[in-house]
Amino acid sequence: MRRLLVAGLLLGIPLGIGAFTFVYAKGFSYLSTDPRACANCHIMNEQYDAWLKSGHRHVATCVECHLPHEGLAKWVAKAEHGFRHSAAFTLQNFKEPIEITPRDRRLVQDNCVRCHAGLVHDLVQAAGTARGDIDCMHCHAGAGHGAGG
Amino acid sequence: MTDGATTGRGWWLIVLGFLGVAGLTVLLLALLTNIFERKQEGRERVVRLIEVTEDTMDPKVWGQNWPAQYDSYLKTSLPTSTKYGGRGLGASDAGPAEQKLDRDPWLRRIFAGYAFAIDYRDRRGHAYALFDQEQTRRVTEKKQPGACLQCHAANLALYRSVGKGDVTKGFEQVNPMPYEQAHGMKDDKGQALIQHPLACVDCHEPKSMALRVTRPGFIAGIKALKAQQGVADYDPNRDATRQEMRAYVCGQCHVEYYFKGAAKTVTYPWANGLRVEQIEEYYDKEGFTDWTHAETGTKVLKAQHPEFEVWNQGIHARAGVACADCHMPYQRVGALKVSDHWVRSPLLNINRACQPCHTVPEKELEGRVVAIQDRHHALLQRAAKATTDLMDAIVAARKAGAPDADVQAAQALHRKAQWRLDFVAAENSMGFHAPQELARILGETIDFARQGQLTADRAVRKK
Repeated sequence: MRRLLVAGLLLGIPLGIGAFTFVYAKGFSYLSTDPRACANCHIMNEQYDAWLKSGHRHVATCVECHLPHEGLAKWVAKAEHGFRHSAAFTLQNFKEPIEITPRDRRLVQDNCVRCHAGLVHDLVQAAGTARGDIDCMHCHAGAGHGAGG
Repeated sequence: MTDGATTGRGWWLIVLGFLGVAGLTVLLLALLTNIFERKQEGRERVVRLIEVTEDTMDPKVWGQNWPAQYDSYLKTSLPTSTKYGGRGLGASDAGPAEQKLDRDPWLRRIFAGYAFAIDYRDRRGHAYALFDQEQTRRVTEKKQPGACLQCHAANLALYRSVGKGDVTKGFEQVNPMPYEQAHGMKDDKGQALIQHPLACVDCHEPKSMALRVTRPGFIAGIKALKAQQGVADYDPNRDATRQEMRAYVCGQCHVEYYFKGAAKTVTYPWANGLRVEQIEEYYDKEGFTDWTHAETGTKVLKAQHPEFEVWNQGIHARAGVACADCHMPYQRVGALKVSDHWVRSPLLNINRACQPCHTVPEKELEGRVVAIQDRHHALLQRAAKATTDLMDAIVAARKAGAPDADVQAAQALHRKAQWRLDFVAAENSMGFHAPQELARILGETIDFARQGQLTADRAVRKK
C-alpha cells in the first residue's frame, strides 16, 4: 500500500505537468488538419498569412500539400515533421529563412501531381518518371504561399 | 539478513526512481517554460514607452520604443568588408576608411586640381556619416558650404529653426552658409541643432512610423524627373507606393547631385532622366562644370555616388525590388518581423538578403555576384587606363602648341570620358546594381577616351 502511494506520487506529478504542457501547447490541435495548428509556433506566421491570401487556400490546406495521403505514410511523416520541427523550435538551432528539406520537397511535388495530374500528366509522362525529372516548384515557387500563390 | 538485503535494494530502487522522475519533471518543466516563452514572443507587439515627435532628433529616444531596429541601427558603426568594399574580406575597419587614392592611383590623376585628389576614402557605415565628413581633408582644408548637411546629418531641427518652421526655406538658407557656421547653430535653449548623423525621423513619420522622404533636394529632384515622364506635381510622400518608398528613402542621399549657383542649392540633375547621358545633357545645358582639370585644362564634372540612378537601370529595379529588400532585409526577432537597420552589403547577409527570392545555395549566389564584380573591376581599370592615356595626349598636345580647336575637341572628349568613368567608379556596387548598363558606360568611356587621344595625337603630328 505504501509502495503504491510512493509510486503514485512519483509518477503523478510529472504526468500532471506533462498533461498540462500538452494541453497548454495545444497538443490536440496537431491531430487535426486545421492550418492554424501549423502556425501555433510563430515561425510559420508568414507562410500562414501568405496562404490565407493565396489562390490555393480554397482547395488545399497545409497538410494537403505537405503530407502524404496514404494511411501509414501520412502518420509517419506527421510524426517525423512534428518531432523535427518541435526540436528545432525549442532549441532555436535552425537556419533562416527556413528551407524545405529535399525529401519534403519531393513529397510536395507528389501532391502537386496528385491534384493537377489531369493537366500535367502528358508533361510528367514525357519527362519520364513523376519525380526528379520535372520539378513543379522550380517555376511555381510561389504556389501555395508566396508571390503568385 | 535476507530482509535487510531486500530493503537495501528497495531503497536503491526508490532513490533511482526518484531521481529518474525528478529528471523527467525537470525536462517537462523546461519544455513548458520554453513553450511559455515562445508564446510570449508570439504575443509581442510594439510597446510605446515614450512619445516621439518631429522634434525627437535623437535615435536613442526612438530606440526605447523600437529596440530591435535601434540595435541594428547602432551596428552601422561596426566594420564591414567585402571583396571590393572596405579593406577586403576579413580585414579590420578600425580607424579611418581606406584611401581610395592609394588603391587606384589613377583617381588622383583624374581629380587633379580638385579636393578629391587630396583625400578620397572608402565608405563606412551610416553611424559615421557626420563624423567622417568632418575628418576628410576635403572639408578640413577646403571651404565647404552648409549644403553638405542636407545628407550628412539629421537636419530637420536645423532647417525648421532657420526657416522659422518651414523646412524648405531653412534648407535654402542653410545651403550657402559656411559649413562650420551651419553646423554650429543652436536653438533658443542653446542646444546644438546638428548632433546626429542620419536619424529615425529622416525616413519615418513619427506618428505612424510610415516611410517618408524629408530631404528637400530629393523631393525637388523626383518631382522634376516625374514631370519629364508626364506626371505633373509629383509628391513622393503623397503619390509613391510603399515599395517605391523603400527605395526613395535611400535615394534621398545615394545619388548624383550638385550645388546650384551662388545659393548652393543641393540639386539632383534628373530633369532629363536618370541615365548617365541624360544627366550629362542636363549639366551641359546648364553650362555647369565642377572644376578645371589641373593637367589638361578641361572643364570637367565630378560624379557623386549615383547608386539610386544606377539601380534604376538594373534588373532588380525592373522587378520591383527596392534598396531595402537587399540592404535592410527582414529578420526575425522573437516573433516580430523586423527590417534590419544595419544597412550593409547584401554579400554579408546573403541568407536574408538574397535567398528569400533566390532559392539557390549561398556559395552559388556569392559566386554569381563576385563574377559580375570581377569582370566589372577589370573593365573599370581598362577604362581608367584609356582616360589617363587621353590626359597624357592632351598634355603633350598643349605642350607642343597644337591648334586650339584640336585641343578643345580633345578636351570635349575628355569631359565625356571622365564623366562616365567617374560615374561608374563613384557608384558603390562594383558593377552589381546594373552590370550591363555600367559595362555600356565603360565601353563609351573607352571609346571617347581613345577618340580624344587620336584627336590630340593627330594635332601634334599636324603641327
